[in-house]
Amino acid sequence: MNIFRANFWFHYAGPQAFYGLAGRLWPWFAALAAVLGVWGLWLGFMVAPADAQQGEGYRIIFVHVPVSWMSMVIYLAMAFWSVLGLTFNTRLSGMMTRALAPTGAMFAFLSLWTGALWGKPMWGTWWVWDARLTSELILFFLYLGYIALTSAIDDQRRGDRAGALIAIVGAINVPIIYFSVKWWNTLHQGASVSLTKSPSMAQVMLWGMLLMAMCFWFYTIALVLFRVRTTILQRESHTAWVQEIAQEAA
Amino acid sequence: MIWQAFWAVVQRDLMLAWRRKSEGLSAVFFFVVVAALFPLGIGPELNVLRNIAPGVLWVGALLSSMLALQRLFEADYRDGTLEQMALSPVAMPLLIGAKMLAHWLVSGLPLVLLAPVLGLQFDLSGDALVTLTLALLLGTPILSLVGGVGAALTLGVRGGGVLLSLLVLPLFVPVLVFGAGAVQAQVSGLGVQAHLSILMAMLLPAVFFGPLASAFALRIALE
Repeated sequence: MNIFRANFWFHYAGPQAFYGLAGRLWPWFAALAAVLGVWGLWLGFMVAPADAQQGEGYRIIFVHVPVSWMSMVIYLAMAFWSVLGLTFNTRLSGMMTRALAPTGAMFAFLSLWTGALWGKPMWGTWWVWDARLTSELILFFLYLGYIALTSAIDDQRRGDRAGALIAIVGAINVPIIYFSVKWWNTLHQGASVSLTKSPSMAQVMLWGMLLMAMCFWFYTIALVLFRVRTTILQRESHTAWVQEIAQEAA
Repeated sequence: MIWQAFWAVVQRDLMLAWRRKSEGLSAVFFFVVVAALFPLGIGPELNVLRNIAPGVLWVGALLSSMLALQRLFEADYRDGTLEQMALSPVAMPLLIGAKMLAHWLVSGLPLVLLAPVLGLQFDLSGDALVTLTLALLLGTPILSLVGGVGAALTLGVRGGGVLLSLLVLPLFVPVLVFGAGAVQAQVSGLGVQAHLSILMAMLLPAVFFGPLASAFALRIALE
């Protein structure tokens, strides 16, 4: 087993081989996510001191910031699988992209939600038309568009390829949208509330945030592997090996 | 030979649009009605109207071109013309580009020409009207070019119209920001040069990549 050879990767691009691999891997990622999550939350809620200005309310940072990171990382991952799918024409890539989308949308929504919960006590408002908030909202719309498009097309292969194209177009647009919104806001008026955090963040806070970020990474990987397994079973239900599995289970 | 094919497609689409005037006109009329509804909803205060005019007219143009986009490939998809284009020896992106040009001439250009008249209703100054028209002239082709990708992807899909707006409207945000921003900048006395340059900088790549991506999307739909 040599991971530096192309054969190794193409072997696992086949749904049957990947089904087995994903089945072996996802429990490990899920366990890691659980351990890191408990550790990160313990650091965040028990160990980290209250903030000098924001008191206890700032603690939502341990969820809000990692969740926002994930919402962006997952879109990049979707674009990555889409490029792979369109160039190599692998069936698995479309399934991976589809499996990532709901989790990405959930993280984008959570990012907006926790941001609103944080904004109300700190800034006195649920929402400001700040560049980051607005581009996160548009990112959420992009996820919804992808999900709506792929689920509206009955032919799965066509849905995969159409989704791949819109994911790539969206990924190219995300930086343009971010900078246009940023400039739009600064042209109108200075932001009434600054999002920049205090320059020196306590070490323990940073650790809590990083641990939570790792937790969400592994959670996403575990969930996506699990979801892809289900998709493989559904799509390959006509093959002999899936029918064998179904009979064993019955 | 290549450009002959290009202009032939442009002429054909223009003639088809001319024969079915009501389709093109309804989207333009929609733009006029939307612009007229805002003062009714907000009140006839001229100071307020002057402030919201650029945004209202731009959003109206966005929605109107959204309506027109649904018809960009629909008829040709149903009667098999698109398949002939895909099979023709001329590169498909070029023919799709021709369709987009014709589509813009029918649905985008009327918006550009009407905008100054509607702007008058919102009490915009002469300079602001010129800027609005210029910004729309640069911005509306981007809507046709980028929207074409969405129109191609949603061809023959259930609930295509609503789906198209969900897909494409978020991608129009930069055009809206800089298009409406140009007029705002003019009104508040900052130059408009930067905004128009950026619109141009978005238009040029869109001219190149729009037809390519749409042709690719159409091939997916035609499989």
